[in-house]
Amino acid sequence: MSARLDVWLWLAHRASGALLAPLIVAHLVTIVIAVQGGLDAAEIVARTRGSVFWGGFYFLFVAAAALHAGLGVRSFVAEHARLSNGPATAIGVVLGLVLLVMGGRAVAGLVL
Amino acid sequence: MASGEVTARIWRGGTEGHFQEFRLGYRHDQTVLDLVTEVQRRHDPSLAYRFACRVGMCGSCAMTVSGRPRWTCRTLVADVVDKGAVTLAPLTNLPVIRDLVADMTPFFEKWRKAGGRFEAGETPAEAFSTITHDDPARRAVDAGIECINCGVCYAACDVVRMRDDYVGPAALNRAWTLVNDARDAGGPARLAQVAEGGCLACHTRQRCAQYCPKGLNPTEAIAGLKRRVTAAALKGEL
Repeated sequence: MSARLDVWLWLAHRASGALLAPLIVAHLVTIVIAVQGGLDAAEIVARTRGSVFWGGFYFLFVAAAALHAGLGVRSFVAEHARLSNGPATAIGVVLGLVLLVMGGRAVAGLVL
Repeated sequence: MASGEVTARIWRGGTEGHFQEFRLGYRHDQTVLDLVTEVQRRHDPSLAYRFACRVGMCGSCAMTVSGRPRWTCRTLVADVVDKGAVTLAPLTNLPVIRDLVADMTPFFEKWRKAGGRFEAGETPAEAFSTITHDDPARRAVDAGIECINCGVCYAACDVVRMRDDYVGPAALNRAWTLVNDARDAGGPARLAQVAEGGCLACHTRQRCAQYCPKGLNPTEAIAGLKRRVTAAALKGEL
C-alpha cells in the first residue's frame, strides 16, 4: 500500500473520530430531551420525517461511524490477529459497508 | 544503599530454555552487568551475554531485568533486587541467540528501512548550512541525537510486539533527527519511508520514553513525524 493512501486513511480515521465526538453529544442530548414524557415512536417520526436537518445529521453520523469503525477494526485485527494489510483492510471494508448500509436504511426509515 | 545476597535467575538457552538460579553476594555499588560477569567468571563460563564499554555509551548490554528492559551497565543490583532476587532474560521482541544475547539484526534492519542514513544529495553543498544553536529544528535534533541504539525502547514497545512491519521507536527517533537536519536531502521520500509501517502505527503509549536509559522521548519524535507526514500528504508531496 502506498504511503500516501496510508496517510489519508490514518487522517480519515482521526477526522471521523473528531466528527463523532460532537455528534454523539448531540445524539445523547436529543435522547434525553426526546424521552421526556415517555418514549413514543410517533413523536420521533413526527420530528424526523421530511427533515433535511435530521436526515443530514443522522446520515453524517452513520457515515462517520462506518468509516471510523472500519478503519479502527482494520488496525485492531492487524495488530491483535496479526493479519497482513490486505486481509485486515478487507475485514475493515466489509464491516464499514455493513454499518453504512444498515445505518443508511435506518436513517431512510426515519426521514423518508 | 544495601549490600547483601541475591538469587539471580538467569535465562539459559535460545527461544526455548529455562531459568537457572545462582546464589551470589553483591556490593552496594555493583551493577547488574557486574553480577552477570561474576556468574560467567566464577560459576559458569558457558554463560553468553554481550557488553562492550561498561559505561553507558555503546548500547550493547541491554537485557530484561526483572520484567523490564534496562541497560545493565548503569543499573545497580541494589536498585532492582526484589525479595532477594533478580530475574535476567534477553531483550524481548527480538530473536534469542543464546542465554542473555538477543539478535539485534531486525532492530538495525528496521533502522535502515526507516531511512536512518544521512542523505547528502546528488550534488555537493554549495555553501555551509548556517544553523544557530537556538534554531527550533536544531533543538529537535538535539533532543533525539543521543540515542545509543541499545534496543530498550524496541523491547518495551507494544506495537513492535504486535506488528512485524513496525520499525519501532529508535528508528523513528533517528528519522526525526534527520528530518530536522537542514543539511539532509531526504525530503518527502524520507517522510514516505517513515509513514507506512512507521509513525502512523504508534499508539502513543510512551513506554519507549518511560524506559529509555538516555531519557529520550521517541514518542515525541514520532508525534513530530506524524505532523510532518500529514502536512506532506495534504500538500500532495507524498
